[in-house]
Amino acid sequence: MKSYILKRILSLIPVLLIVSIVVFMIIHLTPGDPASVMLGPEASQEDVEQLKNHLGLNDPVYQQYFHWVEGVFQGDLGDSFFMDKPVTAAIIEHLGPTISLAILSQITAILIALPLGIFAARKRGTVTDQTFMGISLLGISIPHFLFGLFLIIILAINLRWLPVAGYRPLSAGLWEHIKYLIMPAIALGTGQAALIARMTRSSMVETLNLNFIKTARAKGLHERKVIYKHTLRNAFIPILTVIGQTFGTLVAGAAVTETVFNIPGIGQLIINSVERRDYMVIQGTVLMVTVTYVLINLIVDLLYGVIDPRVRLKKES
Amino acid sequence: MGEHLLEVKKLKTHFQTERGKVTAVDGISLHVDRGEVLAIVGESGCGKSVTAQSILRLFEENGVTTYDGEINFEGKNLLEQPLSEMRKIRGNDISMIFQDPLSSLNPVFTIGDQIMEPIMLHQKLSKKEAYKRAIEMLKLIGIPAPEQRVHEYPHQISGGMRQRVMIAIALACQPKLLIADEPTTALDVTIQSQILELIDSLRQKLDMGIMLITHDLGVVAQHCTRVAVMYLGEVVEEGDVDSLFENPLHPYTQGLINSIPQLTGDRNQKLSIIKGMVPSLNDIPKGCRFAPRCPYASAKCIEEKPALETLENNKRIMCWHYKEIEGAVSNAT
Amino acid sequence: MELVVEKKRQLSDFRRDINRERRRLFVRRFFSNKLTVTGSVILLLTLLITIFGPMISAYNPYEMVVTSRLKAPSGEHLFGTDNLGRDLFARVVYGARASMGVGLSVAIITSILGMVVGLYSSYYKILDHILMRICDGLMAFPAILLAIALMAALGTKIENVIIALSAVFTPYVARVVRSAALVVREQTYIEAMKAQGASSLRIIWAHIAPNTLSPLIVYATFIFADAIIIEAGLSFLGVGVPAPDPSWGNILYDGKLVIFTAWWMTFFPGIAIILSVLGLNLFGDGLRDLLDPHTNRSKK
Repeated sequence: MKSYILKRILSLIPVLLIVSIVVFMIIHLTPGDPASVMLGPEASQEDVEQLKNHLGLNDPVYQQYFHWVEGVFQGDLGDSFFMDKPVTAAIIEHLGPTISLAILSQITAILIALPLGIFAARKRGTVTDQTFMGISLLGISIPHFLFGLFLIIILAINLRWLPVAGYRPLSAGLWEHIKYLIMPAIALGTGQAALIARMTRSSMVETLNLNFIKTARAKGLHERKVIYKHTLRNAFIPILTVIGQTFGTLVAGAAVTETVFNIPGIGQLIINSVERRDYMVIQGTVLMVTVTYVLINLIVDLLYGVIDPRVRLKKES
Repeated sequence: MGEHLLEVKKLKTHFQTERGKVTAVDGISLHVDRGEVLAIVGESGCGKSVTAQSILRLFEENGVTTYDGEINFEGKNLLEQPLSEMRKIRGNDISMIFQDPLSSLNPVFTIGDQIMEPIMLHQKLSKKEAYKRAIEMLKLIGIPAPEQRVHEYPHQISGGMRQRVMIAIALACQPKLLIADEPTTALDVTIQSQILELIDSLRQKLDMGIMLITHDLGVVAQHCTRVAVMYLGEVVEEGDVDSLFENPLHPYTQGLINSIPQLTGDRNQKLSIIKGMVPSLNDIPKGCRFAPRCPYASAKCIEEKPALETLENNKRIMCWHYKEIEGAVSNAT
Repeated sequence: MELVVEKKRQLSDFRRDINRERRRLFVRRFFSNKLTVTGSVILLLTLLITIFGPMISAYNPYEMVVTSRLKAPSGEHLFGTDNLGRDLFARVVYGARASMGVGLSVAIITSILGMVVGLYSSYYKILDHILMRICDGLMAFPAILLAIALMAALGTKIENVIIALSAVFTPYVARVVRSAALVVREQTYIEAMKAQGASSLRIIWAHIAPNTLSPLIVYATFIFADAIIIEAGLSFLGVGVPAPDPSWGNILYDGKLVIFTAWWMTFFPGIAIILSVLGLNLFGDGLRDLLDPHTNRSKK
């Protein structure tokens, strides 16, 4: 298990190297001179030169990269040009809503997906199964921001059950907090639920065909136990993988959904920064979200060992 | 004739497939008594395993399988029992061992957990007592250092050990009938005989009836009391081991016996094989099912289906020409 | 001599018959699944509308009529009008060109690039290490996030949307092609050909490449669908297809501003997105079941 963990962590090094280069390149891919783009067409040549010096844009590119990476390792993502504060500070300010939304969506997704996927697997081949899988494909085919807009029209504007948009922090009270997050969480969670449900179904169906399921039934176990104890545990690794992937997607997908619901999270920070050409913030947030995504997938991989002794005990036998 | 432990009467198992209904087991009748070993032999695809799993109604969960006939076990027709009653019988009164021990054991639970499961379920023992029983079972089946093994996972032990564990699971509740579906096919030859010896000795200890499914006639000759030969979902010949080997009546049985390599005797004699392959269940021959592959087949065989006749010494045979063939074979030898 | 010709002719006839039979069987199996048929019909309709829609539209999608702003759907304006008084039906139909066009372009470009990258990295070990690490790095980004970042750098233009999405999706295609190619590469006949001195170029393109086509086609269908979704997201955020050109995403962007009063501005482009993506997904699922049953749809 130790060597497995070590190997998995070492494999992240090239990945993170590429990620950092791509993120760094964002500012340099801009056609023309990023400093004049940032300052707008009316800026004087002097101001542009000054900003260039300030950002170190006159240094050789590799030097700029090492300088930037050095900063990243010290927790310094640079300063926001427009907000006049460190990027890290801006990220921390916007982190809360995104985390709340991501967690709530993930819970929604899992609560919908697991029971449906298991049910469909038990009814495999029947009309019920096909109907569920058809619906889940519909779920994959609706972009979550669009689903969010539909929810606003129906639940908030026509039925007036929920607030149209906005955000209240947890300090405003739990219900108040959740009330504003219900629609975004459903919008974001449903598509992920469809993916998780499909994977749950296919993994369960595959496992149900394995011989040890026959053994379990031949022991006289109740079908419930066969499903939830013997099948689910074995079918869980691919399900967990998808859950991990969707959780990462949620954090990124929140970017669009937050715009729909005016939630002041990381997504909105990115979009606003794109509009303002605030490159330091774009780089910092994109890097942060991607590294989080990578780490979540790492944790999922490490969880395999907990679920499956064959992974855990590989080196010992 | 007293009551049999297990008596299967005209059992049919139908599967609903994409290409229509398929009858994998077609009206077979069998019985097993306490303390005896009934072998079911035949090539792959003859319905041996389906027969075995039909007895425990293991196909039911997928909802596309139906059964006809009777399976009487200790006077109860299993096909008429509610599923809850079936669950009490499975693993308790009738147990089953499968072919491939690695895939038949759940990889994510320890050996101990898997042995304790039926004990706790059927004998309502506490976890602690079940644990003690599991250790005893491991000792009984000859696994060294059981206190250690009990905490190991299936992938950590050898193939022979795994099959021993499967046997321990099957015998944990001291069943009256053990169905062993090719229990040694996936194992090394040396391990094979150890496992069969073990099953044999446990049979004597527990006075179980055993239904042993195999395609290995050597195993049958050594370990079984009676044999039923299956071909394409039907029993074509049945009898005591000795008489069946000495005097096989059905051309299919003869074919099977002749295809065993002999260690003694004429080395140059060609090993005979049965020509052709078992046809698919989708196109079953209309007359005798073996006719297309049978060296003795006549026009009658192709047109008309023979019935299963009962002869003296509990021997049964399904063939139009067995009397003539008998002569032909004894003349040749 | 004549006999040989005759035999050859028979053989080619026989092959042709077999191929025809296979195609017939393929088509029959493909259309035996109701969901697949539904998907194909939807896909065909969206494609027809994309190509011929602008011809049946009575209005110019750019023409603003100040007096008829935000009119609800009616006989005159089938889908209503938008906040600038433009006919929404015309905009949705013309928008299909942008949305479907981006999706199709991305599917084609990623297929070509992904095939080249996948094939060559399956063939040359060192190249494999380099290219696959780059792919891993790019795949580490959540797709939409990388797309936003690239758009931020490149600037909002429809060409840039295609470039950004191609960069996002190519690694996924390369992975699929590579793993299909590796299976073929391991086979003995490839070794035998090498021993006979066949050129790498020939082995790669004439022998390995054809075997990667099935998974590639299936995967390209899903990329087509995903690209439509991400393009819509980018345009909805204002970093995709720029105004005044219509795309389903930027109509939604305008629609959000008037969501309280004009539901139709969200509803119609929304349905267009859902139908086209659903059609592609159903079609792709059907194709996969036939061509490549083992590929799971990996997610970005």
